[in-house]
Amino acid sequence: MPEVLQFEFMRNAIVAGLLTSIICGVIGTLVVVNRIVFLSGAIAHAAYGGIGLAIFMGWSYLIGAMSFSLACAAAMAAVMLKARHRADTIIGVIWAVGMALGVILLDLTPGYHVDLMSYLFGSILTVPETELFQMLFLCIGILGVVFFFYNDFLAMSYDAEFAELRGAPVKGLQFLLVAMIALSVVMIIRVVGLILVIALMTIPPYIAEQYATSLVRMMAIGSFLSMMFTLVGLGLSYHFNLTSGATIILVAGVGFFISFALKKMLHALNSQIAMDTPAYPKTEGRNKG
Amino acid sequence: MSFHMEPAPLIEIRNLWYGFNGQPVLKDVSFNIFKGEFLALIGPNGGGKTTLLKIMLGLLRPTHGSVRVFGVPPKSASHRIGYVPQDVHINKNFPISAMDVVMMGRLRMTGKKRLGHSGDDLASVQEAMEKMEIWGYRNRRIGELSGGQRQRVFIARALATCPEILFLDEPTASIDKEGQGQFYDLLKHLNEKIAIVLASHDVMIISSYVKSVACVNKEVHYHDGAEITDAMLDMYACPVEMIAHGMPHRVLKIHKEN
Repeated sequence: MPEVLQFEFMRNAIVAGLLTSIICGVIGTLVVVNRIVFLSGAIAHAAYGGIGLAIFMGWSYLIGAMSFSLACAAAMAAVMLKARHRADTIIGVIWAVGMALGVILLDLTPGYHVDLMSYLFGSILTVPETELFQMLFLCIGILGVVFFFYNDFLAMSYDAEFAELRGAPVKGLQFLLVAMIALSVVMIIRVVGLILVIALMTIPPYIAEQYATSLVRMMAIGSFLSMMFTLVGLGLSYHFNLTSGATIILVAGVGFFISFALKKMLHALNSQIAMDTPAYPKTEGRNKG
Repeated sequence: MSFHMEPAPLIEIRNLWYGFNGQPVLKDVSFNIFKGEFLALIGPNGGGKTTLLKIMLGLLRPTHGSVRVFGVPPKSASHRIGYVPQDVHINKNFPISAMDVVMMGRLRMTGKKRLGHSGDDLASVQEAMEKMEIWGYRNRRIGELSGGQRQRVFIARALATCPEILFLDEPTASIDKEGQGQFYDLLKHLNEKIAIVLASHDVMIISSYVKSVACVNKEVHYHDGAEITDAMLDMYACPVEMIAHGMPHRVLKIHKEN
């Protein structure tokens, strides 16, 4: 649809979607294999407290929201390391308190009316060019860190105990991962909203996990699927005049169920083949004879 | 051991206590592990075998007492020990090939380049996987392998670290009966070069393969030899039926009866 691309807002939306997809594919893979989806959701919601704080105090959005999110993320990571069995409760508390704090601070800010919907679902169609550059830098930074620590992240995610025995700084890596999640979430929320961040961090990597034979392939497949969902979602939302963020998520959701059904069908097909093929042909031959 | 000067032990445990929630798991444990040792830690489940291994690896800190591994605290020496954990079923859906699991054994090797894998890494990994007869499965996803094959992958991972001591926690749990003899032959061969500590509640192995036995049930009774004495059974409450049941080799010392 070339005529769509004539609009600058559409071109920016596509670039924002593609950058978001790469970040979510890489970070989301680590989130899914480390089973910290809940923690990532908590960071995304608690970040609202940082947004409220930044606006109330008159700080710049990025500095205010990022430092608040990093602090929340560090607290949650510390709880997870110290008392894993109580972690979900405490993470839930930080999730709720952070968000409530944001709402109250924005109430107290005179003459400011923020639209909670744009925070939840973002406004991918109104991304300014400056934010595209910020996202690009974040994307390059994350790819660099993950590439440099790839072997360590792989070992930590698969078997943290063994990684620790080999001298990998497992605790440091966990804080680093949580910090990257916090930075990504704050950056991407402004563009696509927190629901889309969580959806793109979980759905594409989860589908990719079924087919990938290595962590790096899971990241690549996850990023690619993310891009497809974003582009198809954007196209549909433009064509049918629907809310873009929600459309992208629904497309991803459809992809999720198709992948699920495909897997079930493949499984059934494989067991059918196994049933048709005798496990011990020799014995059967002897029985016949 | 003879009366000659003994070499410094690889692992030295002195008056070690470990408690969890105020309950003692290990009480006043003292013993040494020397070069060339093949030690079996036997005892009932929950007797503290895994805890003892994890203390020697530096993963758990003792409540009292001292542990020295190669003369230093366990945490500083853990990279010189090859560890095969009990649970080989972790993360079965993880997108990783058998070879990449073994490659983890090369993580953070001293003098190793930071990114990717060197020719040395590949050579060590191939050697370890061939020794464990799993080189043919190297590109399979870990979850597609059987329990026994996965066990071999984990042992290969420990061997790829070029360990000076090998710790195995219940290594035969996933290996079928026919495979076990072959497996212990392999350990015996490995023992020519490296010390082995093996935790097991299965004592079939003891007489023909290991060099010494320690019964672990809160307290540890170390016995320099492959037999289990009556004293060990009585004092340390190792369940007798476990030791005497269904073994091809006699483990209990033959007692002179009046």
